[in-house]
Amino acid sequence: MRAREVVALVVIAFLALAALAPSVLAPGDPLAIAPLDAFQPPSFRHFFGTDESGRDIYTRVIHGTGASLLIGIAATAIGLGLAIVFGLLAGFGPRWLDFGTTRFLEVLFAFPGLLFALLFIVVYGPGVVTSTIAVGLSTAPGYARIIRSRVIQVRTSPYLEAAVVLGRGRTTRIVRHVLPNVAGSLFVLATLGIGQSIVWASSLSYLGLGAVPPAAEWGAMLSAGRTYIASFWWMTFFPGLFIVLSAAATTLLGRAVQQRGRES
Amino acid sequence: MSLLSVSDLSVRFGARTVVSGVSFDVEPGECIGIVGESGSGKSVTARALLGLAGRRASVSASTLRFDGTEIQDATPRQLRSLRGREIGYVSQGALVALDPLRPVRREISDSLRLHTSSTPAQRRARVLELLAEVGVPDPALRAGQRPDELSGGLRQRAVIASAIALRPRLLIADEPTTALDSTVQAGILDLLDRLRGEGTALVLISHDLAVVSRLASRVLVMNAGQIVESGPTARVLGEPQHPYTRRLIAAVPTDRPRGTRLTPAAPPENSAPFGNSGTPVADDPETAVSTPDATATPEFPKSPAPVVTASHLSRRFGGTLAVDDVSFVLEPGRTLGVVGESGSGKTTVARLVLALDRPDTGDVRVLGEPWTTATERERRALRPRIGAIYQDALSSFDPRMTVGRIVADALTHGRSTRADAEVLALLQRVGLDASVATRRPQHLSGGQQQRVAIARAIAAKPDVIVCDEPVSSLDVSVQAQVLDLLDELQRDLGLSYLFITHDLGVVRHVSDDVLVMQRGRIVESGPTEAVFANPREQYTRALFASAPRIAVWRGSSERS
Repeated sequence: MRAREVVALVVIAFLALAALAPSVLAPGDPLAIAPLDAFQPPSFRHFFGTDESGRDIYTRVIHGTGASLLIGIAATAIGLGLAIVFGLLAGFGPRWLDFGTTRFLEVLFAFPGLLFALLFIVVYGPGVVTSTIAVGLSTAPGYARIIRSRVIQVRTSPYLEAAVVLGRGRTTRIVRHVLPNVAGSLFVLATLGIGQSIVWASSLSYLGLGAVPPAAEWGAMLSAGRTYIASFWWMTFFPGLFIVLSAAATTLLGRAVQQRGRES
Repeated sequence: MSLLSVSDLSVRFGARTVVSGVSFDVEPGECIGIVGESGSGKSVTARALLGLAGRRASVSASTLRFDGTEIQDATPRQLRSLRGREIGYVSQGALVALDPLRPVRREISDSLRLHTSSTPAQRRARVLELLAEVGVPDPALRAGQRPDELSGGLRQRAVIASAIALRPRLLIADEPTTALDSTVQAGILDLLDRLRGEGTALVLISHDLAVVSRLASRVLVMNAGQIVESGPTARVLGEPQHPYTRRLIAAVPTDRPRGTRLTPAAPPENSAPFGNSGTPVADDPETAVSTPDATATPEFPKSPAPVVTASHLSRRFGGTLAVDDVSFVLEPGRTLGVVGESGSGKTTVARLVLALDRPDTGDVRVLGEPWTTATERERRALRPRIGAIYQDALSSFDPRMTVGRIVADALTHGRSTRADAEVLALLQRVGLDASVATRRPQHLSGGQQQRVAIARAIAAKPDVIVCDEPVSSLDVSVQAQVLDLLDELQRDLGLSYLFITHDLGVVRHVSDDVLVMQRGRIVESGPTEAVFANPREQYTRALFASAPRIAVWRGSSERS
């Protein structure tokens, strides 16, 4: 295992701890205001400084991890879930179904991902749930295309033909050979996708379409700090750092898994 | 003085010595052959001569002299001029040696442009001359085409044309005819022989003893990076002294009667393939060669019905008839060989018999039951009775599965992936060690992979196995072991084989009856010996005549 993969794992372990038990790392209340402490720079009392209401940014970033990661994971799950349905339909279905699904996906593809998410939010209103679904929806076409081509690749491979010769029925072939071989690439897609989803979900929050201040969510914190970016850099820097760290760590891990799969 | 003089050549990659102590001389107008199996170091030797062994390689030799010049002292510039002008090189895999985006004219005129002063018009004319000289029909048209518009044989000719553009005095050809059909191969060999006759010295590298014996006056046999035997071709191939050479020659199936073993009994392939491990070979092959250890056709309780009956199969792809009115009957316990060149439709026949494809007309019956006309659901009950092995065994395995799972899956009809004792028994049956059960096929050698495929094919106790080029990508010694295994299994289990191959030597060795296919049609069929001894059709005769064979082998075998 290479050094950067170890670093990625450590970062992910730290984020997981922050998400599952934020009070261990930051015992304070992320919403507690202390107007007298407003705009404190990073110090030993406030590692990441404080915001305009004197809330401790370190505590907020840690407590926001759960929400941010959950949005990222849920969005990826939604995206992949839809993609699996479409990908398998197109990959296994009769020709007309493949044609229909593929054309439909191409229409969705015509919209830039984030624009599609924005459209969805315009229709269904802002909020954490809608922004998560929106991100999931906009990533689905990409995944679906990959899954479809992978299904077709496995389905037409010589070893599937060998399974036909051995007398395996359609169901057996799908369950025993196609799905496991497709699942391998799904796992890679998922880990690669989480980082992207976190960034997108944060972007939506930043635009005020996802989680809304004062909720401790990275994108929302970025948005709140925007006004003060010239004088109080720490308000935007630390939430941004966590977005970058989490996206980079999951992506690195995904790449590592992908490479390992290729080598074996 | 010799044109090329090599003595004590060694090539090392890091700590690994791949070639050591190789010495030989080549005279003008002489062809020497270097034979050996994969990993024997023959290609590395050739590349070392040209200074192309690669940056990681360290090449040393006490002499490496071309026409009086020491190659080792040459500057890169001198070396480059030597390569272009004096030494031509036809690399292995010449089919991909041409740039796919450039017309062949450019490829050939490159060497003219770099090494001579000539006008574009002169070069253009010279390219056409060269193409005509190497036997490319309609050179003016072909020169403007890109490699993907040319057939394998034409591409190979173009590569040779570019190698001889400057009339090099030495031509090094590394497997120049591998992957070509035998009639095409014969043309290329004739071309090389003509060049040799005109005074070009030739170093011909091949795994194929027959190819080498046809051209070379002297042969070097390489094994594990060393020359184990060398001398005049007739002597080395006719009266081989070294055990490795003897085994190599014994392994060639051409002209070996059906039922004769090609390897000494109890092949130890899994522990030490004798190709690249470098272990000295001690067995005396003579006994194995001359003793057929059983009669050719075993007697089995004949079931009344033929195992496979194909009648009037036709299959059209686009505008071409891939299979045109093909009928045959495969009797229990017998082997039907299907032979033909690429594009003759033999693989399509295999797919129709396996019901992986539907014929446009005609049908196949398996064990007397309807097969083509049945639905896949109905066929499934009969599927275990008809197995298959393929040329590329590896790609026929699910990459996620271990060898043990693959075999267990076949044993239990897909119901379970665990059946340890039986799996081990089967692996042993095909000559594999029990330890491979936990490994993945991609980590096994080619011969071992094919053994796993055979184990999987016989797991369901089939009556017939369709073998589609099962030994075509294997080294000759490994090929011999696999052929022996198939023969042994046929005797023991009463199997029938539909054996598809382009290799006439193999088909003659394995089959009772043979079909010769050309452009989708059966041009000739009958008992193998009768067809080979007395081919009636023009095409069959041409095909047989083109097949290279070890010219000196037959005479000496009769003597011994």
